[in-house]
Amino acid sequence: MPLTVYGTELSSRLLLGTAQYPSPAILSEAAKSSGASVVTVSLRREGIQGETGGRFWSLVRELGLRVLPNTAGCHTVKEAVTTAKMAREVFGTNWIKLEVIGHHDTLQPDVFGLVEAARILTEDGFAVFPYTTEDLVVGERLIEAGCEVLMPWCAPIGSAKGPVNLDALRAYRAHFPDTSLIVDAGLGRPSHAAAVMELGFDGVLLNTAVAKAGNPAAMAIAFAQAVEAGHAAYGAGILEPRDMAVPSTPVIGKAVFS
Amino acid sequence: MSGRTEGGAQEHNPTRLARFIRTLHLREDPLMRILIKGAGVAGLATAHELAARGGEITVIEKSASVGGGASWLAGGMLAPYCERESAEEEVIRLGEHAARWWETVLPGTVSFNGTLVVAPPRDATELRRFAVRTEGYVHLGAEEIEALEPDIAGRFRTGLFFAAEAHLDPRGALDRLHAKLEALGVRFLFDCTAAPQRFDHVVDCTGFAAAATLSELRGVRGEMLYLETRDVKLYRPVRLIHPRFPVYVVPRGDGRFMVGATMVESADDGPVTARSMMELLNAAYTLHPAFGEARILEAAAGIRPAFPNNLPKIERRGDTLFVNGFHRHGFLLAPAVARQAAELIISNEAHRNEAHRERASA
Repeated sequence: MPLTVYGTELSSRLLLGTAQYPSPAILSEAAKSSGASVVTVSLRREGIQGETGGRFWSLVRELGLRVLPNTAGCHTVKEAVTTAKMAREVFGTNWIKLEVIGHHDTLQPDVFGLVEAARILTEDGFAVFPYTTEDLVVGERLIEAGCEVLMPWCAPIGSAKGPVNLDALRAYRAHFPDTSLIVDAGLGRPSHAAAVMELGFDGVLLNTAVAKAGNPAAMAIAFAQAVEAGHAAYGAGILEPRDMAVPSTPVIGKAVFS
Repeated sequence: MSGRTEGGAQEHNPTRLARFIRTLHLREDPLMRILIKGAGVAGLATAHELAARGGEITVIEKSASVGGGASWLAGGMLAPYCERESAEEEVIRLGEHAARWWETVLPGTVSFNGTLVVAPPRDATELRRFAVRTEGYVHLGAEEIEALEPDIAGRFRTGLFFAAEAHLDPRGALDRLHAKLEALGVRFLFDCTAAPQRFDHVVDCTGFAAAATLSELRGVRGEMLYLETRDVKLYRPVRLIHPRFPVYVVPRGDGRFMVGATMVESADDGPVTARSMMELLNAAYTLHPAFGEARILEAAAGIRPAFPNNLPKIERRGDTLFVNGFHRHGFLLAPAVARQAAELIISNEAHRNEAHRERASA
C-alpha cells in the first residue's frame, strides 16, 4: 500500500532535498533515477526574492515531482510562519516542511516554537510536515496542533550518523501507530535508511547523503532500494534476535544426539 | 550568414541576388569580420583566440570598461582540482591548461603557488570528504602547513595541498588582456550595445544578460569582499571547508585579500546581505584572527551565468554563436572554451569561402 500523506498518495517512500548538488542537472538525474516522490526546496537559504530564483525553480518543477517547500534557516515562529506563507505563494502548495531552528550550530529544532508555528499554520490551512526530535510528548503536541505527519530526526542534521537511538525510534513508532512517520535528517548511508524502515517508519527524507556522494544519482538509487527493502522487511515480519543459537533444521532423529 | 558590406549605412536590406553578386567581387579569402559582444573574461579570451587566428575583431561592451560583469568579482583561482569537489569531472579536463594559457598570453600574471585547503578540527571529516571527491593533492600536517603559510601556523592540524594549481588577479589580468588586444588591433566600443555595422560572425559572451535568448541559462548569485590588512601574509589561495559553499581567501598583494564567494540560486544582484557578509568575514576570521582588524575595501554581488550542468557551452542561435554558462569558472575555463569557439568560427569561415569559390566558378 502506498504511503498517503494529507490525502495524497506518494509513489515512493523516498523524499529528497535539493541543496548542495554539484549542479541542477545532477539533482535532476538523482531525483529521476531514484523515483523519489517528493523534493524539498528551501525558500530562505536560496534567498529567492520575487522572480529572481525563477530558473532554478523551473528546473525543480520540471522534475514533475511533488514539491515540499521548507522553512530551513528560520529561528523564530514569526520567521517560519512568514516563510511558509511566502512558499505557499511561490510554489502554489499548502504543504510545508516546518523547521524552527533552536541552535544555529547544530540546527537542533526548537520544539516549543515548532509546536506554536505548527498550530498557527494548520489553522491557516497548511499541511504541516514538522521536523522534530524523537521526543514523544512533542510528537503528541504536534498532533494536537493538527499535524498528520511527524518527521523526527534520527541524528543531527547533516551528521550522516544514522539512527543513534534505535530504542527511541522504536518507541516513537509504537506510540504513534496511526500517524505517518518520516525520518528526516541524520541518515548517512543506505543501511541507515533500511534500518529505520525496518522499524516501521513510513518514509525517509534525505539530502546531504545523496547530494555529496561521489555519484549522487547512483547513491539515490541505492537509497531508494534500501528504503524499499526495509519497508518490505517490516511488512514481512522480522525475526527478533535471540540470545542463543537455534538450529534451522530439526535435530531429532539424528544418529548422534549428545 | 550575413553578406559582406563596407558598412551598415549603405546597406538597404539587399536581396539574395544582390548579396550573391557582391560576393563575386570579393578577394579570395579576405579578413573575416567578427563582432564579440561582452568584454568580460569570456569575450576577451575569445577575442584573443580569434585575433591569433587572423580575424578583424570588434568588441562591444555595455559597460564603460572591461569586466563590467561577473568577471570583475572573480576569485581568479586556476584551480581545476579544487573546483572538481563541487563540479563535474569535465572541469578538470577543460581547466587543467588554463594557468599555462594565461601565463603564455600575459607573462608574469600567474602565481604558480598551488592551493591550500584547510578545515577547523571540528570539520576534519569534511576535509576527507573533499579529498575523496577530487585528485591532485597531498595531505599535509601542521608542520607542512606552517612551511607553506607561516602566518597561519598552529591554527590547522591537517590540510590538503594542490601543488599544480595557480591563481591570478582577475582585474589586473582583464586590464592587461584589454591592452594587449588593442595592441593587436582589436577595436573596442564601450557603452555600446548595438552592432555598429554588419559582421561575418557574431559571438555573444554577455553572460547572464543573454538569458533572454538562452532559456536554459540561470543566474547564480555570488557575493565577495575585499579586505585589507598588513598583519597577515598569504602566498596562495587558502580554502576553508564550509558546509554550504566553498570559501576562499585569495591574496592580491599589497595587503589586499579577496574573500569569496557565496552561491545563491537567485539572479538578484542587489547589495551583499548581512548574513553573507557575516559568513565570509567569519571564514576569514577563522583563517586568521588578524582579519578581524582588516578594513573592508569592497563588498559586491554579481550574477554568474550557469546552464543546468554548471558547465560552459557554445551554442549557435541563428547568426550568433553564444559562449556562455561559465558559472564559477570564468578564468579557469574561458581559455579552453574560447579556443573551441575560435576553431568553430574558423571552420565555418572555411566552409563559407569554399562555398563562395564554388559559386564564383560555377
